[in-house]
Amino acid sequence: MSRLNDTNLATAHEIISRYPRPKSALIPLLHLAQEQDGWVSEAAMAHIAELVGVTSAEVMGTCTFYEMFKLEPVGTYLVNVCTNISCQLLGGEELLHRAEAKLGIKAGNTTPDGMFTLEDVECIACCTEAPCLQVNYRYMSRMSPAELDLVIDGLRADEFAEAVPTHGTLARVRQHIPADRAAGVALPDSADEPAWMARNRQAEDGSDG
Amino acid sequence: MGEQLIGEYVDHAPGYVDNGETKIVTSRFEYSDSFTLSRYAATGGYQALGAALARTPADVHGEIRDASLLGRGGAGFPCGVKWGFCPEGVWPRYLVVNGDESEPGTYKDRLLMERDPHQLIEGCLIACYAVGLSQCFLYVRGEMALAQERLAQALNDAYAKGYVGKDILGSDFSCDIVLHWGAGAYIVGEETALIESLEGNRGMPRLKPPFFPAAIGLYGRPTIVNNVETLSNLPWIVNNGADAYKTYGSETSPGTRLFAVSGHVARPGVYEVQHGVTTFRELIYGDRFCGGMRDGHELKMFIPGGGSAPWLFPEQLDLPLEARPVGGAGTMLGSGAIVIMDETTDAVRACLRLVRFYARESCGKCTPCREGGVWLEKILQRILDGHGRPDDIDLLLDVGDNISPGPYPRAGWEAEGLEPIPFPPKQTTICPLGPSAVAPVVSAVTRFRDEFEARIKTRIPVNAAVSAAHSAAAPVAAPVTAAD
Repeated sequence: MSRLNDTNLATAHEIISRYPRPKSALIPLLHLAQEQDGWVSEAAMAHIAELVGVTSAEVMGTCTFYEMFKLEPVGTYLVNVCTNISCQLLGGEELLHRAEAKLGIKAGNTTPDGMFTLEDVECIACCTEAPCLQVNYRYMSRMSPAELDLVIDGLRADEFAEAVPTHGTLARVRQHIPADRAAGVALPDSADEPAWMARNRQAEDGSDG
Repeated sequence: MGEQLIGEYVDHAPGYVDNGETKIVTSRFEYSDSFTLSRYAATGGYQALGAALARTPADVHGEIRDASLLGRGGAGFPCGVKWGFCPEGVWPRYLVVNGDESEPGTYKDRLLMERDPHQLIEGCLIACYAVGLSQCFLYVRGEMALAQERLAQALNDAYAKGYVGKDILGSDFSCDIVLHWGAGAYIVGEETALIESLEGNRGMPRLKPPFFPAAIGLYGRPTIVNNVETLSNLPWIVNNGADAYKTYGSETSPGTRLFAVSGHVARPGVYEVQHGVTTFRELIYGDRFCGGMRDGHELKMFIPGGGSAPWLFPEQLDLPLEARPVGGAGTMLGSGAIVIMDETTDAVRACLRLVRFYARESCGKCTPCREGGVWLEKILQRILDGHGRPDDIDLLLDVGDNISPGPYPRAGWEAEGLEPIPFPPKQTTICPLGPSAVAPVVSAVTRFRDEFEARIKTRIPVNAAVSAAHSAAAPVAAPVTAAD
């Protein structure tokens, strides 16, 4: 696939400018690439390497550590069924089997039409509403097997298009720091004592003297 | 509950249960627009920031220290004391907010980020002002799309109103808050791994001691790493004072705490309860709380503090929700995640599921954890599949002993004359992930050894369908023992 497009390149520069060291922007930029293409390609990693000033190997090193980055195309909808303890107790594993049967694939695979990828995931922090799952990281909780069928049918029929964006998009609101409001990055080598700390220290020194 | 989901997507999963008690961090949860700046401003929002700026940083720091606010991430270290560990005169200092909540059973921080993002932002600003932190990085777990969205919107609104950024509220206090999110790695919840991840690296913990993040952290500078719930308490403390805070909870654990109670109870949920006063029995059986076990069932065991905590049993129900007594009883309160299991629960299967989590999530830096976790998983899997060997139980404990040497913390068992072994465990690894894999093994084997033996003796796979799905992972040879 591709390098970052012009719009995303501008966003990438804005993201990099918020960090004291550019490499810190690596994970956010990988998310940006995944939002653009649905997965992270080698071309995108090479582009990110150029942007933050590290080698492609370093980008791949970081990228491969994190489960959410997909190094090959996945379905439009990533269905993550939780089977960890709280969900297991209330039928999470059975829910996963139902999803496997409904989609005709084993966990870890993608349907031939490229619509769904199914994953058996660890705790997604929705434990009191077990069993639960996420579709592209949007929660569906207290799911019965019958409801799971309806959700999959609904996704196929595009009924959730508004609520569930395609794979790769996380927050649909992006942080933007207006230039006139930015305090600016704190460079690690600046050794600058913050103004309010210096003022208070001087006031204290003055009162002591 | 489920039917409301059909054909529509719920904004945020329900979960919080109002029990009519004191509300410190969940005071706005009742409003459907609790995450907006207008609601926050209308309910006293950002007043604490103004009040803090009118005082000296040392004074604000002192107030938090006096409140004895204990860290809510798991370790329970006093927040004000941690702040004091920054070396004098070394600048700049950073604040890193740990919102990478991933411990099995835990999800209080997600609710705080989704439902009251401004409270967290205000807490961050108070911390930065008090300790002289020049820039704040708010690290949210990658899988929490809604929390990221709500925080991004909240930050944009707060910047526009002058609450964050340059010359905050017209003062000389300036601080940017940068929203950052992870990409799926449990280990990044460990503070030094979090810092590595924030520097753009693989999330592997750093060796400590001697240098803790407060001395050498992000980019090698002094860094305070605080949990979301910890910081969310700060606006209330600044508004009401340390003395008022200490009227709630117990002497050694003041204030309230969020507990996520999941599993086989009648009314699972996230409850804000007085810290150190309420007991497990009240929380599980109390009418204001979980309302007892699900119909007609009995408590078999429960996990008191997330997947990493050794298990407790009905005899320990009268322990208070407080770190010290729970630690003495052989486990920990950890991240406030309580998982309740009734008599229908298969101890071997539950144990395997927890161990599998730690085997999967090991970052691979330390050999005992990287190899040992997987060994434990494979031995448990073959026991469950009906291929267990007679010495497998001892083998499990032996592998555990290589990750966490010596007597491993566990609950006492009066009927068998077993004394509790207090928390924490020893470790041959850099961080506590490795020893966490041993907790369910020691707990289950000690208490339910007969269930393991029965599985091994009968050699009949139980729950064959469930097991088959998980044995898809290639069966690698278990560690060789003398008996082999």
